[in-house]
Amino acid sequence: MVYFYAFLFCGLVCLIGQLILDNTKLTPGHVTSLFVVVGALLEFFSIYDKILIYAGAGASVPITSFGHSLCHAALLRAKEEGIMGLFMGMFDLTCSGITAAIVFSFFLSLIFKPKS
Amino acid sequence: MIKQEYKTLVKKNLPKENRLRNSFVAFFIGGLMGVLAQLLTDLYSYLFEITVTQATTFAIVTLIFLGCLLTGLGFFDKMVHFARAGLIIPIAGFAHSMMSATLEYKKEGLVTGIGANMFKLAGTVIVYGVVSAFFFGLLNYIIFGG
Repeated sequence: MVYFYAFLFCGLVCLIGQLILDNTKLTPGHVTSLFVVVGALLEFFSIYDKILIYAGAGASVPITSFGHSLCHAALLRAKEEGIMGLFMGMFDLTCSGITAAIVFSFFLSLIFKPKS
Repeated sequence: MIKQEYKTLVKKNLPKENRLRNSFVAFFIGGLMGVLAQLLTDLYSYLFEITVTQATTFAIVTLIFLGCLLTGLGFFDKMVHFARAGLIIPIAGFAHSMMSATLEYKKEGLVTGIGANMFKLAGTVIVYGVVSAFFFGLLNYIIFGG
């Protein structure tokens, strides 16, 4: 069942993104930025954690989960260490993704040549 | 008058974008990405006997690696052209935007090319993510007292 919900949720997020791309003049950069803010907003209302239970990894793949993870990690740390925890814990959950993206794109760009 | 004619001519000859097709493809490909991530998570947690949280991290790192590799090989641009938002919104699109910026500015050198331009496209996601997460986190902290 989790596969079905993963398909549905991830598909729906992409569908909304495509509808925005087709019907407005916003670029993909605008849409991804918008979705990250929406993810953080959903975390504020504690909705995203419930979606994660049903859709599993399907909910952690769209870019909305990036905003959710940033906000979630900052709040977790803030509960332990007070207001400074917001600054200290911001990247606790997303560091793996950012690090992987930096490392892989650095080394792979040394190997590959730009096409076009 | 001529300007008007030109405008109608351009409008007539522009390739018509089939929005229904675009939406369907984005929904289907995006859904497949979610299923793929869930498959990888289950596979990793079964193979290495790790918790679901660790397996999810592994799966996301795998998708980022695939996104970078396919961009380097030149396939990903064609796939994005076909699937649009279906590949831009998932995390592989984030990796794609970083990798394509790095590749594009590679010829300008290691520091001024790769180092300075790596976050040219992906930086906006991080900036607005951190700013909004800080704002909503602060609001949550003040209202609910941490």
